[in-house]
Amino acid sequence: MHNVNGNLYYININTNFARNTNEVDMKILVPVKRAIDYNVKVKVKADESNVDLANVKMSINPFCEIAVEEAIRLKESGIATEIVVVSIGTLACVEQIRTALALGADRGVHIQTDAELDSLQIAKLLKTVVDKESPDLVILGKQAIDSDNNQTGQMLAALTNMGQGTFASKVAVADGQVAVTREIDGGLQTVSLTLPAIVTTDLRLNEPRYASLPNIMKAKRKPIETIDADMLGVNLTSNVSLLKVSAPAQRSGGVKVADVAELVAKLKTEAKVIS
Amino acid sequence: MSILIYAEHDNKELKSETAKLVHAASQIGEDIDVLVAGHDCAAVAQAAANISGVSRVLVADASCYEYQLAENISGLVVELADGYSHILAAATTTGKNFMPRVAALKDVAQISDIIAVESADTFVRPIYAGNAIATVQSSDQLKVMTVRASAFDSATLGNAAPIEALTQAHDAGLSSFVSAELTVSERPELTAASVIISGGRGMQNGDNFALLNGIADKLGAAIGASRAAVDAGFVPNDMQVGQTGKIVAPQLYIAVGISGAIQHLAGMKDSKVIVAINKDEEAPIFQVADYGLVGDLFDILPQLEAAL
Repeated sequence: MHNVNGNLYYININTNFARNTNEVDMKILVPVKRAIDYNVKVKVKADESNVDLANVKMSINPFCEIAVEEAIRLKESGIATEIVVVSIGTLACVEQIRTALALGADRGVHIQTDAELDSLQIAKLLKTVVDKESPDLVILGKQAIDSDNNQTGQMLAALTNMGQGTFASKVAVADGQVAVTREIDGGLQTVSLTLPAIVTTDLRLNEPRYASLPNIMKAKRKPIETIDADMLGVNLTSNVSLLKVSAPAQRSGGVKVADVAELVAKLKTEAKVIS
Repeated sequence: MSILIYAEHDNKELKSETAKLVHAASQIGEDIDVLVAGHDCAAVAQAAANISGVSRVLVADASCYEYQLAENISGLVVELADGYSHILAAATTTGKNFMPRVAALKDVAQISDIIAVESADTFVRPIYAGNAIATVQSSDQLKVMTVRASAFDSATLGNAAPIEALTQAHDAGLSSFVSAELTVSERPELTAASVIISGGRGMQNGDNFALLNGIADKLGAAIGASRAAVDAGFVPNDMQVGQTGKIVAPQLYIAVGISGAIQHLAGMKDSKVIVAINKDEEAPIFQVADYGLVGDLFDILPQLEAAL
């Protein structure tokens, strides 16, 4: 990691020297989830066993995309030196890893499994990657738009005994610390964490870029390591079972009122919500 | 069944979520403790002891809990966890922050954002931004759960539960508070308000949100916004109602100049009565509104203020 008091330009043009000082290498790990595309409206299966994902467009979960973007910006600003992207799931997840590589990550790790995993198992698998890669910063999306759990980053932080900056709208790295501005219910809160640390992204952290065609081509040559999840010594059994998935109760539209007077009258006498 | 509820508060005031969690917990079991973790938070503990159904209030009052940092709070809750079958916190940014840490340290799953209790081990929660509703069953000995408070009624008041002080202070030393910019408002908080009036992209700019003030004053309402209005920079993010903002369920929700994107509907569709004011009569918001008024909000808002 850069010492901010140092001369960034000097460090940048003397990569070999800089690497030897051991102070300027900063590795970022970005876990990404393959999830239903943001624009697809999900449907529940007729037998209520789950949602129907057959032939549905899949993408990088939007919050994970923001995490990738933040890592790339930290690298572009000379703070980070390497970005490793990791995804857990079926062979199809390689597609999302390639997308992240095309956006600017350096290499990928695919933990392959066909099992349906909960956040706890995901966090345990990610911990094995953290143990091996020793990143200075792990940036994750705050939640996935499928399960809406909002757990993995916090669980990974607990398992690795790291500090956490969740729901980040601003991330500033300096002097072995990361200052994270968090979107909380009453406004904003800034916390300072000692590196290594975990950050989870909120929507306003950045606006992700699109991959350029040359970078998509280049990404095809970037390395992706495949690891069999069963070989990592993690119990992949979940203690939570899905009993049923149903469609939400539909709210039926009501009436149109002609003017303000009719609206106020209805609210007073019919709905009785104002006096 | 012995249940621990983490109290939602700001060291001064107990927030309305806590009484709703007590009501949710009463559907699981009868032995309900409330933990108040903070600093100089005696008034909060008193308020918690007043909620009917609470057996004991545990107070951890230490400087390391002042900002409820996840690393410190999770250490405290994990220490208390033995002996409880369920730990509940509101699905606020506080609960969402520290609870998964508790679950991971106890090596159990977390069930997030429950909206109904089916039994002591079976719960209902929205997935896919509320476009599907999952019923899940946990076989973990300890159930760690966050609760969408707006989906539950409040427990009544009128109790005098004993208050016990905890002395252990867990300072993990991993994080420190730097600063906070909290929105100061005389109005009720969005998640606690019984009336909400929200503006969308149709408000055209931030200044026009002032048109909502007079109506909010008359109705004692909180003022919210759609994500489109937040993203356009009209108002700050903490006013956002929707899947990525606050989930609300007031008695009356008035949507002004809001088209009704799925993400907004996910945050307000459980409101008792919904009013939509929009000049586009095809706007999807009218499909969920009990009362729709088609017209120019710049004409309608002053009339509405005058009529109330």
